[in-house]
Amino acid sequence: MPEKYHIETTHIPPRLPRIGKYGIIDWREDCAGCHNCVKKACIYDKYREESKFINSLDSIHTIYFECMGCFSCVQNCTKGLLCLTVNPEYKKLGNEYWSPEILRTTWLQAETGKVPVSGAGYRGKFYGPGFDSMWTDMSEIVRPTRDGIHGREYISTAVDIGRKPSFLTFNGDKMNSGLSSLLSLPLPVIFDMPSPDHTLPKLEPFIIEAAWRTELIALIDSEKWTLLKDYDEKYLSHIAFHLNPDSHNIPEEILKKTRLAEIPYSNLVNKHIAVIKNINPDIVVSVRLPLTSQSIDQSLQLTKLNVEVIHLVADLNGNELNTKNPRFIKDMIRDIHGNLIKNEIRDEVTIIAGGGIGLPEHLAKAVICGADLVSINLPLMIALECRLCNSCKSGNYCPAALDKDIDIDYGAGRMVNLMGAWHWQLVEVMGAMGMREARRLRGDVGRAMFYEELQNEIYGPIFST
Amino acid sequence: MDQYSVHNTNLKEVLPENTLSSRVPQVKVSREIKPSQARHLNEISKYIIYRDNEKCRMCGTCSKICPEGVHVLKPGYKLFATPKSYKCIGFRCEKTDNYCISKCPNGALRLVENPMMEALGDYRWTSDIILATWKMAETGNVLPEDTDYEYETGASEGGFDRIRLKYPDKPPVEVSEDDIDISIDLNKRNDGKPKIKIDVPWYGGGMSYGSVSNVTQLSKVRAATAWNTFSCSGEGGYMERFRPYDDHMITQVATGLFGVREETIQRVPIVEFKYAQGAKPGLGGHLLGSKNTLSVSRMREAVQGIPLFSPFPFHSVYSIEDHMKHIDWIKHVNPRALISTKVSTPTDVDMVAVGSYFAGTHIIHIDGGYGGTGAAPDIAKKNIAMPLEYAIPKVHSFLVAEHARDSVTLIASGGIRSYYDIVKSIALGADGVVVGTAELVALGCVRCGRCESGRGCPRSIATTDPELTGKMTIEWGTQRLINLYNAWSIGLKKILKRFGMKKISELCGRTDLLIHLDFMKSSDAK
Repeated sequence: MPEKYHIETTHIPPRLPRIGKYGIIDWREDCAGCHNCVKKACIYDKYREESKFINSLDSIHTIYFECMGCFSCVQNCTKGLLCLTVNPEYKKLGNEYWSPEILRTTWLQAETGKVPVSGAGYRGKFYGPGFDSMWTDMSEIVRPTRDGIHGREYISTAVDIGRKPSFLTFNGDKMNSGLSSLLSLPLPVIFDMPSPDHTLPKLEPFIIEAAWRTELIALIDSEKWTLLKDYDEKYLSHIAFHLNPDSHNIPEEILKKTRLAEIPYSNLVNKHIAVIKNINPDIVVSVRLPLTSQSIDQSLQLTKLNVEVIHLVADLNGNELNTKNPRFIKDMIRDIHGNLIKNEIRDEVTIIAGGGIGLPEHLAKAVICGADLVSINLPLMIALECRLCNSCKSGNYCPAALDKDIDIDYGAGRMVNLMGAWHWQLVEVMGAMGMREARRLRGDVGRAMFYEELQNEIYGPIFST
Repeated sequence: MDQYSVHNTNLKEVLPENTLSSRVPQVKVSREIKPSQARHLNEISKYIIYRDNEKCRMCGTCSKICPEGVHVLKPGYKLFATPKSYKCIGFRCEKTDNYCISKCPNGALRLVENPMMEALGDYRWTSDIILATWKMAETGNVLPEDTDYEYETGASEGGFDRIRLKYPDKPPVEVSEDDIDISIDLNKRNDGKPKIKIDVPWYGGGMSYGSVSNVTQLSKVRAATAWNTFSCSGEGGYMERFRPYDDHMITQVATGLFGVREETIQRVPIVEFKYAQGAKPGLGGHLLGSKNTLSVSRMREAVQGIPLFSPFPFHSVYSIEDHMKHIDWIKHVNPRALISTKVSTPTDVDMVAVGSYFAGTHIIHIDGGYGGTGAAPDIAKKNIAMPLEYAIPKVHSFLVAEHARDSVTLIASGGIRSYYDIVKSIALGADGVVVGTAELVALGCVRCGRCESGRGCPRSIATTDPELTGKMTIEWGTQRLINLYNAWSIGLKKILKRFGMKKISELCGRTDLLIHLDFMKSSDAK
């Protein structure tokens, strides 16, 4: 049995005061000084902790960050002076896709490396756009299942990247052609290049370190290869260069030590792949394909051209590019995956889906919809307390201090923690489904339920008449 | 006052001698409705009335005209007390002659919507539903028809919250509310087992000692006793203090088998197999170490302080045939017990239900993902398994197609917030429901979601911390739940009256009485 994949996590507190959801905002006059709120009502002792924290800060960013929202102090204040409300700073976080809740839970996972747990049931919307309009299945008593979560059996989250021929041909006892290169990752995730929209943080050193620690792969723009000059060679097998085939300037000896490379989509992909393979025959080459309305045809064409990996990239919110009415990445992956199945060549190519992957359930759902693995970038930046304020471009002061010196153990450690939490959550979801292998999860839409289908199949006969 | 009775005459033939001899007198609890105010100094309210003491001339007009008792001048005090805002009915008072804001000759009063409402509740349990539940638990009655608490639906934008009741212009039959029967049968099989009927179409959900306090558990079972229904022990063992209420207890057999003994199985009229739970479908249970106190560990026969897992699934059940063996085991141990099978809502929940029926279960209990008090991974609650609102009609219609529907009781749980949700569940195909979170809200839960952490619930409900547990009394908790049950039964009867139904069983599967806003025709909208 192979060694179990495990990501070592450790508690890494934030550098800045947390932006909590709740806050006591109204200390009206007339306080009796009874201290009921701080001594009796707040069982979390947050008032005193908060004061201690604030006193040790150079500057006070906010005073609302640790309240648990239980209303105990509000209801037990002798004079009824306290008022609890939602922190306005919290509401401003992120954007319409990257909600404050996604940022909050990402920060928590990056800090603790643990699966977020809460009581009192689900409190969100029934469904939503994008990945929130599907549910994953669980196995009940009628299906064999196992309890790998609790240690008896191993749930493998490993996936393969590369081309897998549908069949082998032999001439007598000899194979006619060699097997394609194939590499395995222990988790269906690669780290994509940092978003060009967020230019301020220099995240590459942390991403590379995190990729090495998690045994994953980080995509790095070939222009930044000089960052590696002082690097230990151990990192090279965890780096994939995004190459401009016409002008990449990476020394061949470096390229030879990497396992994966990426080139942009063009009409000359085969020629470019040949150039790279000429340098490193064992390397797997991925083609980065912007997710547009042409992607279904392009992905089929690339697969027929024997391309090993297609990296489909939507915008940061998971939407199709270059259109006013974009479709979401989940729906487009299903179509692309289905089209390749229809043409009987799906198993020959690896599909990486990127854009809009912000939570571990997005990872599981993207795989169910037909991707082999996903690429992420924004969650890694959010792990370092980024608020997605989008002020990177204007050169404003970064509220998450990402332009300051960041300790490598903090930067890489938070990313590692995040991946550790994602890994466990993927295992939880797969365990509930009765799945032992992430490889088998790909395209298994029978393990999912889609909002539109449930509405039509179950409510249609009832309410349509 | 509690009354005592022993109902052991018909048990002699079916209970083992040692169980019968150790049976304790059964307690009866009065169903009487008594006002039961909140436990805290400052009740949270939808509106806030501010009094400007500099402008107030102490004329007392406000206290004279307000029928709700918002303005109080305590004997011996020179100034009015802070207005009791939670009693205020808000801006709808403006239409009456009792509107203190305009009647105050000095303009000393001001009425505003409470800004805290944004922080209270969530999409499913909105602040209005929470406050309305508190009101019902306090008064024992439904809210007035002109209330501005929107508690028929939440804000989740799907499921129950997109379904409305379609009342006829005029009831087809005029019925008196006093003649409406909202009881349901829990045993529809003619298998010689007791024909158990409960007076209301719901019973209390399984909450273990550990996930909630023993005060919460006892309050639940006492209210269930008063209303001739059931409460459930959950998976944490069977407290000795449950024994005076054995006749209204369901004990749970779940994968961890914590505290499960043949003796406890023999005590109760219903035994529930918990295969999965909606809050963490396919994942089993998890009690964090911090909540595994000495008393919890003793009851669960485990080691104090370590996290306790109920692994998923039952290691002895991998097929319906295995499930049947389980049921046979219980039937052998406790021949009088009805069997309930609690499952979550996978894609094939309909197949699971039919299989369970053929295995011999009396009650199929499908548990959706909106409930749960204990720790559950957020990813599970949000993403795993089918929403309850789809599962109910799916199971119901499949049972009908298999000619099994009339022989099994279908119970829905995990997301039932009010009597409106009960009506929708039954109209979609359930016979009745199990409630859990609603009971906790009645006890003062604000749904902060901290049930699982550290000392547990700061509201003294879902905690095992002795100090926190002591902040709530069994008497208060019992009364709040009795009141809520009464309000819900009134609300149910009002709705059935409008439908012209004498029995709630007539409502089962009547989807023609529901409208889904996503499928609404323009004629329906009118």
